[in-house]
Amino acid sequence: MAPLVVVSVALLLICLQFGTQWIGLTQIIDIVGQALREGTVESEHIGTTGVILIQVRLPRVLLGFLVGACLASVGVVLQALLRNPLADPYVLGVSSGAALGVALAILLGVGTTVVAFSVLPLCGFAGGLLSLVVVYRMAVSYGRLPIHALLLAGVILNAIFSAMIMFVTSIMEPNRSVGTMTWLMGTLTAPSYPTLAILACYLLGGLFLLLKQARRLNVLTLGEESARSLGIDTEHVKRVIYVLSALITGAVVSVSGMIGFVGMVIPHAVRFLLGADHRLLLPASACIGGMYLVIADTLARTLLTPTEIPVGIVTALAGGPFFIYLLVWRKDRFA
Amino acid sequence: MSLSPEHAHSLNAQPPGLGTDAAHKAYQVVGLRFHYHSKSREDATWVLDGLTFDVDAGEILGIVGPNGSGKTSLLKLLAKVLRPHAGDMALFGRDLGTMSQVEVARTVAFVPQESPQVFSFTVMETVLMGRYPHHHGAGWSAGFGWESAEDVSIAEQAMQSTDLTHLAGRSVMDLSGGERQRCMIARALAQAPQVLLLDEPTAFLDIQHQIEICAIVRRLKEERGLTVVLVSHDLNLASQYCDRILMLKAGALFCLGPPHDVIDADVLRAVYGCDVLIDRHPESGVPRVTMPSYISTKNGRGHL
Repeated sequence: MAPLVVVSVALLLICLQFGTQWIGLTQIIDIVGQALREGTVESEHIGTTGVILIQVRLPRVLLGFLVGACLASVGVVLQALLRNPLADPYVLGVSSGAALGVALAILLGVGTTVVAFSVLPLCGFAGGLLSLVVVYRMAVSYGRLPIHALLLAGVILNAIFSAMIMFVTSIMEPNRSVGTMTWLMGTLTAPSYPTLAILACYLLGGLFLLLKQARRLNVLTLGEESARSLGIDTEHVKRVIYVLSALITGAVVSVSGMIGFVGMVIPHAVRFLLGADHRLLLPASACIGGMYLVIADTLARTLLTPTEIPVGIVTALAGGPFFIYLLVWRKDRFA
Repeated sequence: MSLSPEHAHSLNAQPPGLGTDAAHKAYQVVGLRFHYHSKSREDATWVLDGLTFDVDAGEILGIVGPNGSGKTSLLKLLAKVLRPHAGDMALFGRDLGTMSQVEVARTVAFVPQESPQVFSFTVMETVLMGRYPHHHGAGWSAGFGWESAEDVSIAEQAMQSTDLTHLAGRSVMDLSGGERQRCMIARALAQAPQVLLLDEPTAFLDIQHQIEICAIVRRLKEERGLTVVLVSHDLNLASQYCDRILMLKAGALFCLGPPHDVIDADVLRAVYGCDVLIDRHPESGVPRVTMPSYISTKNGRGHL
């Protein structure tokens, strides 16, 4: 794990260099050091380059890492919980609930004001919470949470909410609907530091709680009955994992839209490289998922400057071929 | 010897956990009733209805019976994977109902009929999962802690008992049916149990692997003093390898006794509704079931 953390930090620094304006590594270290010493991010202290770096690029890269780490981790956990290698964070139906929340907010004009920068994610999160409850209530029967029912409920809710999102988008003013579409494809925007701090505490806390379930997840892949015979309260573990995954996914989608493929491809790639043990797989997937999204976002920012490509497009375009590679050429070890 | 359920009940009726011989009984089951969930209470059909029997410590007990007679449900109830709706079960004199799942898992290991693998854990990793119930301490160590050297040596011993050592690093997805079944038994042994519950341990295995699994079970009983309860459709296998056989019919205990009492033409006709030939095993002399070359049809007897 330690090497992965070192590589992650190095990669973050490297990716900070790229952008419309090239900022060298030494300069980055200088500016960050200065900002930390003076405890301020105001432009008069750190200069224009400093503002670009500290107020735009750094929070965006950090957010990207956080989002990527969460998507990959939730993907790992849900694949184990649903015992389905095709699962990703979006199968729970929570993501489309969050997306619908944001789309409605944009339709109603909440998103046009500057203040709304922090309101939009809240609307998304509310939508996510609502669908969390709906899916759970649909799936639960006789006090149990059958996995197939959970999966079906998520898929059905996804279908309904997707239709509603399309409807909402279709009746918007053209400029707003373009904005909604871009957001749906997945985009990272630099958050303010207080927002980033709250988000980081929330998401890292969630990841930590997921990590505590790592060993139980291993046993759960043997099947629920085997897991129960090994002394695991499977109903409790399933509920904990579902709620944690849904809370994390809802928040992630609220801030970054539906960034695809990270949550499905990264778990497979890491499992392929490091094996299936969740105690290693989960933290490693978090690191690699974070790095993957930061690289993808760096490409999204820089490839077509000054325009930006939605990062969701880059992750899918880079992840898709890799998935095909695994499927076609490494069938023997593909699981 | 075919005992009616009522008769069997009167033979074994004693409160669990209180008898002087409680410690010699792996299980004492009294009046066990179970049904799966259904829309209304009235709809509920009892999968198991009023079972009363004991399992002696150190014996191999075979559970046999027609499809749908409740064999697997009974095994899951013994493993506490399912909860009964009525009746008492005692495990080595302790009330199973009040024992925690982890406590049960330290004494009882359960190998389900099929263990489909979705992810490529290695054999070693899979066997080590059997150590989980022995790590149930504080949340973090139970949820994340790594296995100790002791766990690894117990797992290695379990793999040795099941002749898996050479496959330790192999992915479970690459194993053959027989190897996978052995891997699951090794995982159960890593629990260091006193009771091993096996659901159809030889289903889908060829004759060599059937003999192999049976030999392992027999050896575990002799070397470790394990109590084994196994469910099987194979009456000959049950006859040859089990000390006693429990015959279920439609969720009720039809009879329970040594093979030569249970594997009997009259019993099998009453339970399965068909005629079979019973002779003796040439070596061991236990009853042997053979399908008749003439089968009874509505129009009398015709050649098969």
